[in-house]
Parts: sequence; structure tokens; C-alpha cells
Amino acid sequence: MLTVRDLHVDYAGVVALRGVDLRVGAGELVALVGANGAGKSTLLAAVSGLHRPVRGTVTFLDEDVSGLPAYRIARRGAVLVPEGRRLFGHQTVVQNLLLGGYHRTAAEREAELARVYELFPVLAERSGQRAGTLSGGEQQMVALGRALMSRPKLLMLDEPSLGISPKFTKMIFEVLAEIRRAGTTMLLVEQNLRAALELADRAYVLQTGEVVMSGPADELAASDEVRRSYLGL
Amino acid sequence: MTDLLQSVVNGLLIGAVFALVAVGLTLIYGVMDVINFAHGEMVMLGMYTSFFAWSLLGLDPLLSIPLAGVSIALTGALMYFGAVGRVLGRSPLAQVIVTFGLQVFLRGLAQFLWTPNTRTVPRPWAAGLRWEIGPVVIGGPQVIMAVGALLATGAVAYFMNRTRLGGAVRAAGEDPAAASLMGIDPRKMYALCWVIAGLATGVAGALLMNSYSASPTAGVSFVLMAFVVVAFGGFGSITGAALAGLLVGVAQGVVGLYAPSYTLAAALALYLVVVLVRPQGLLGTR
Ligand SMILES: Nc1ncnc2c1ncn2[C@@H]1O[C@H](COP(=O)(O)OP(=O)(O)OP(=O)(O)O)[C@@H](O)[C@H]1O
Ligand SMILES: [Mg+2]
Repeated sequence: MLTVRDLHVDYAGVVALRGVDLRVGAGELVALVGANGAGKSTLLAAVSGLHRPVRGTVTFLDEDVSGLPAYRIARRGAVLVPEGRRLFGHQTVVQNLLLGGYHRTAAEREAELARVYELFPVLAERSGQRAGTLSGGEQQMVALGRALMSRPKLLMLDEPSLGISPKFTKMIFEVLAEIRRAGTTMLLVEQNLRAALELADRAYVLQTGEVVMSGPADELAASDEVRRSYLGL
Repeated sequence: MTDLLQSVVNGLLIGAVFALVAVGLTLIYGVMDVINFAHGEMVMLGMYTSFFAWSLLGLDPLLSIPLAGVSIALTGALMYFGAVGRVLGRSPLAQVIVTFGLQVFLRGLAQFLWTPNTRTVPRPWAAGLRWEIGPVVIGGPQVIMAVGALLATGAVAYFMNRTRLGGAVRAAGEDPAAASLMGIDPRKMYALCWVIAGLATGVAGALLMNSYSASPTAGVSFVLMAFVVVAFGGFGSITGAALAGLLVGVAQGVVGLYAPSYTLAAALALYLVVVLVRPQGLLGTR
């Protein structure tokens, strides 16, 4: 579904990714792990079109999408839940959710909204509240729900558990497991390694802009080397 | 007392027009962080459109409202795609220079094409109307302008706050990158802001021809008030602008009663007070 080849990205000359290769097959859940500053967010930003790669290609559903503007990539079904959630804080919960389904028909939006409320009942209670006034955990639910509203073919998540309580983290991961059972392909960046590797089929370990290790998630989780050197466990 | 009541009423009526002029200004600022120094010139072009609709086609200013609205909406699109859209993401100074340049250009163009002479529509239909409510006398043109301006301002507020597309425009204004992750093209939303601002100023221009004259600098006094209104209402807030427009109108009307030559000074003083006491304005959020 997604193939990243020899991806190089930099920020005004500072190299962030140096030749990353990565693949996500249809129906797979792939985890991307690595220390702070390894380039995980940069990779997701490049795939989703927020950042233009210097070199390399991103192929999504057999089409080269490298260099396309973000809104075009999103419309093709590769949707990012960005780092820091990036909600429209002045708009209400339901307005945020509906914006997520902006390019779908009214009927599809209604159906999807019902499904999101089913996954996160608390959002139905808070539907009229301004998104900016919610707690971190609730905001993360809105961010995830908003992305689901478009029925993404590939869902990319950047640290969905960052800065939220264990209770909410557990809830988010349960929903991810459920979305995955429903067949959505996912690329997950996560600090919470135990949870991420438990959920994932395969994983990539990123270090200073390069993939240093990859393989089935359970093998990586069991590897002493990974635990010691890259995951800091 | 009667005089005071009369000037409050007059102030409310002209304040509605200030609100309509301010709406586009606050929209463009709120969504794109661009200050449109050519906003008054858009009003001016709307006035000329309405004037020529009368002189060439014999249309009353009320009937040329759609024509002026659409013409200036197109002008707005042209200004965005031809100039402003090309300096997005550059330094704020570049944007100031572009919109200021547009102001100078449009004023010069008007002077070149239509001379500096003032152009008036004699005896518009609304001038034949007049109401007396108790001691207060209300002129037809003032009422027509105010009603038209309130309807148009309400329409823009409705669009921005109640429609799906309006929500997308606000989303692009709040966080363009996040909006693009929803499949929304922020640049299209920016262009839409200029089209809406064009519609609003075009309609305002045609309404104004019921009682004012077109000239290359005809937009200046209205846009000065609009800047005060935008700051007062809260940068980016449409509802705030509507409310502030009426208040500034009343302030101007009342000051005009006691010290006619200080109306503009009063508005600017109000602006200073607002900026010092409540920098975010009545309904602003930043
Ligand atoms: N906007 C930016 N401007 C300049 N450098 C940046 C920018 N964003 C990231 N970087 C740099 O690029 C590198 C990769 O950053 P990135 O945010 O992708 O890492 P990350 O793996 O997501 O880290 P974290 O776990 O902290 O989120 C880092 O060295 C970072 O300092
Ligand atoms: Mg990151």
C-alpha cells in the first residue's frame, strides 16, 4: 500500500532523514520506533505531504505521491493524526469531526460520525464543546476520530499516547486494535513501545534519520539488542 | 435630547455600513494574517461600478447591488491570484507592500480612467423615502444602506459560522497544515476570503451610492472607520465587527453632534482606548 524509497529530508540544510526505505502492506499495522529526534515525525510529515523530500519517492496505492501537496495526499486516503493533535481549537468537537469527513457525502459523514461516537461515547457528550477546552486525552480522541471520519485507507499516527493519562492511552490502544480488526492499514509512531510492538505486525527502528533495524514486531520486542541500544528498555 | 436621539439613530444607520466594510477586512486578517490596505479601494470600485451602472444603463444603485458585488468579488479574486497569493509565506512586510501597492495602483487607475471628479447618482429611488418616528427623522437612503449592510453582514457571518465551507475557511485560518490533512486546500480558502471581501465591499459600494459620491479616494474615510471597527470588534471576529460597527457609528454620530469636526478623531481615540485597554477587542481571541 505504501512504499518509501531512499527518502531524504532536511530542514533548511539540517539533515533529518538520510535514505529511508519502508513498506506498509495492505491490512498491516507497522510500528515506527526510535529515540527523540530520530526523524519519526519527519517521515510521517514527508509521506503525508507536509514536507517535501529532497530525494527519494513515496508511492501510495501504486502512484507516486512524492511532492504532492498534503491536501491531495489526504484525499487519496493517506491520513495523518499529527504530533500534538492539531485540533481546530476554536471549533466544537462535532465541527472538528465533520471537517475530517470534509470530502465525503453528507450521508457518509453522518454514518461515520455515528461510528466515531460509538468508539468514543464521551465525544458524543462533548459534541458542542470547543475542542480547545478538552483534556489532552479527549483531544487525542477527537484527533483520531477526525482522521477516521474520512475512512482512511492508510492511517498514520504520530505518538497518540503522548502527554495523556494511562487510562486514556489504554482506551486509545483498544480503539486502534478495533480499527485494525476492521481492516485499516496503519503506520504507528509511538513512544509506548510495549503497547506499540504488541499491536504491530512489523516494526522499523529509526536512528538519526536511518533505519537501523526492522522485522516482525515480536522478534524486535524480544531482541536484547533492540531493547538495550535503541529502545532504552 | 431629540438631537441626541437623532444622532444615535444616524450613528446606528451608518454604523451598519462600517460593519459591512469591516467584515471583509477582518475576514482576510483573521484567516490569512494579511492586512488589506487596498480594502477602501475595493469599496471605491464598487461605488464606481454602481455609478456607471446608473450612467450607462440607467440602473438605480439598489438594482446594481448584484452587479457591483459580483464585479468586486472578481476583482478580489484577481487581487489574490495576481498579487497577494504570490507572497504568501513571505515576510509580513512583503504582504504589506503588496496590498499597499494595490491601494496606490487602484487609486491611480481610478484617477486615470475616471478623473478625480466626484460622481453622484442624482435622485436615487431611496431618496424619495423618508420616515418620521416621533421627533426622529430617518432618511430613505440611510435606512436602505443600513438594512442592506446588515443583511449582507449577516449573510457573511452565517456563511462563516454556520456552513460547512465556512468551517473549512476557519479551519484553514486556524491551522492551514492541519486543514490540508483534512483534504482542504488552504489556498482555495484564502482565495475565497478575497472573493467574499470583494462581494461585501462591492455591495457596500453600491449601497453607498444612495447618498455618497464616487471618487478615487471615496473609500478612505470608510476604511479608516473599518480599521477601528476591526480592532474594536476583535481581529478576525465577524460578529465582533458587526457589533463594533454599530458602536463606532453611534460614537461618531454623538461626537458629531457636539463637535462635528472631531468625528474622525473620536473614532481614532476609541481605537486607541480599545488597543490599550482590551487589545484583543470585544470578541477577539488573540
Ligand atoms: N521544523 C524543524 N526545523 C528544524 N529542524 C527540525 C524541525 N523539525 C524537526 N527537526 C529536526 O529533525 C530531526 C528529526 O526530528 P523529528 O521531529 O522527525 O524526530 P522524532 O523522531 O519525531 O522525535 P520525537 O520523538 O521527539 O517526536 C531532529 O534532529 C529535529 O531536531
Ligand atoms: Mg516526533
